[in-house]
Amino acid sequence: MKPGLTQARVFMDSAAVRRAIERIAHEIIEHNQGVEQVVVIGIRTRGAPLAERIAEAITRIEGQAVPVGYLDISFYRDDIKAAMSQPVVQKTEILFNVNGKAVVLVDDVLYTGRTIRAAMDAIMDLGRPRAIQLAVLVDRGHRELPIRADYVGKNLPTAENEQVVVGLKEFDGTDSVTVGRPAPRRKESLPATLDFNLDQ
Amino acid sequence: MTKTKTADTPAETPHQSVSGNAAQNRPAQTDSATDGRLRIRHLLGLEGVCREDIERILTTAESFKEVLDRPIKKVPPLRGQTVVNLFYEPSTRTRISFELAEKRLSADVVNFTASTSSVTKGESLRDTVKNILAMRTDVIVIRHPSPGAPHFLTRATDAIVLNAGDGSHEHPTQGLLDIYTIWERWRDLRGKRVLIVGDVAHSRVARSNIWGLLTMGAEVAICGPATLIPRSFSDYGVEVYTDIDKALDRGVDAINVLRIQRERQGSAFLPSLREYSRLFGIDSERARRLRPGALVMHPGPMNRGVEITSEVADGANSVILDQVTNGLAVRMAALYLLCGGQATPGREGE
Repeated sequence: MKPGLTQARVFMDSAAVRRAIERIAHEIIEHNQGVEQVVVIGIRTRGAPLAERIAEAITRIEGQAVPVGYLDISFYRDDIKAAMSQPVVQKTEILFNVNGKAVVLVDDVLYTGRTIRAAMDAIMDLGRPRAIQLAVLVDRGHRELPIRADYVGKNLPTAENEQVVVGLKEFDGTDSVTVGRPAPRRKESLPATLDFNLDQ
Repeated sequence: MTKTKTADTPAETPHQSVSGNAAQNRPAQTDSATDGRLRIRHLLGLEGVCREDIERILTTAESFKEVLDRPIKKVPPLRGQTVVNLFYEPSTRTRISFELAEKRLSADVVNFTASTSSVTKGESLRDTVKNILAMRTDVIVIRHPSPGAPHFLTRATDAIVLNAGDGSHEHPTQGLLDIYTIWERWRDLRGKRVLIVGDVAHSRVARSNIWGLLTMGAEVAICGPATLIPRSFSDYGVEVYTDIDKALDRGVDAINVLRIQRERQGSAFLPSLREYSRLFGIDSERARRLRPGALVMHPGPMNRGVEITSEVADGANSVILDQVTNGLAVRMAALYLLCGGQATPGREGE
């Protein structure tokens, strides 16, 4: 399951991921006093299904649907020249107006904060939201920018040379959060789960 | 403008919130060999460009098309990069399209037109470019009457070079935008029949189209007066016709009508525009014989009433203005991918 990691330890199983999403949904509703002006936007690739699940939980709890969008931040990265590899650009699909809305950005892992910086710039180019909030499944520390999450599934203090791998049932068949050290680097054998997370 | 889009993009309501479209969020297959980067370093022509590279440009262009629909039609990836547009030949649409693409990627843009420069004082291409590069520019977009001028630049400089048309050789971004326009409709070009009508012999647009379309698996036919059709193309698997009605009989999914260059009238190539119009002009009678849903394309500028009638150019099947929009998106994609693919030594693996 995690061919790229050695000394892997599982920190969240599917039940834990489900409970975290449920709690985040409750917190979003509480914090915004309802979801009248709330929209949820998942950062491609792994934030997208998480955003859908959070929105689904909100709808179930509150009886009111919230719009879901998907954001690709490729064009806003600060490392276009430096990156070893370029993730394949995917489509941004935000079919609603963000003006005056409370935008909840969703991503799987919060690490350096650079992805979130890029995502905030991208959102600002789409309009002027009332507020931008951040929900992540895992906060692993090591921020390089003054950014913090409003909703956190699990705080997971890690060493810089460790890797956090989030498995999602939409892509990997099962939900899990695993921490380990990267196996000796053989480019071809890197699991697909690692290729798309800028923060890893 | 979105009539081509509705064919494939299911309408999603803003409130579609629950899962069920997990499949479309699945990470696209990465090509481990290129890691998302293009294999080409310059865009000199479509001959020899692999299918993966063309597909990457097409899918990236689709993302840029979404950017073009936003209130702020600008993204920052080329911030701090300088692009020089070197135009040694007159051009309106290609030059504007490139300039707009560069600006929407936040690049700094310098325009150079041969008629207002030191070229008129006799400076060579090599010296002109050396001087421009000494001003620390990163990318050169060049249009030149001599085939191979962009290739020459890649040897004379370190800059990334994009060919915006070199003589009668290639015009790769035009080829890509034509291919994008067809791809946007069907998503798969395999087995689609594309007919290119007109002065194929002198057309860089035709050449780029032919190479790219063949790579993408389309069936390509060319049709025009015998004097303007290079027979040698049949060696590459292109069907060659000198009778438009026979070409149409074989079934056509997309027709690309080339501009007939008026200056060739009266030369040995073309007796008269009237005769050309009668024998090869696309009127509504001929357009009716295209396959259902077929696309009518023209790279512009059009000679209405010569190679295409106004009825067809403005008709339901015409995607001529979509081509212009797509050209912007495709050029943004090519610039973005070529610039991003260049790893800077020493800063890798940040």
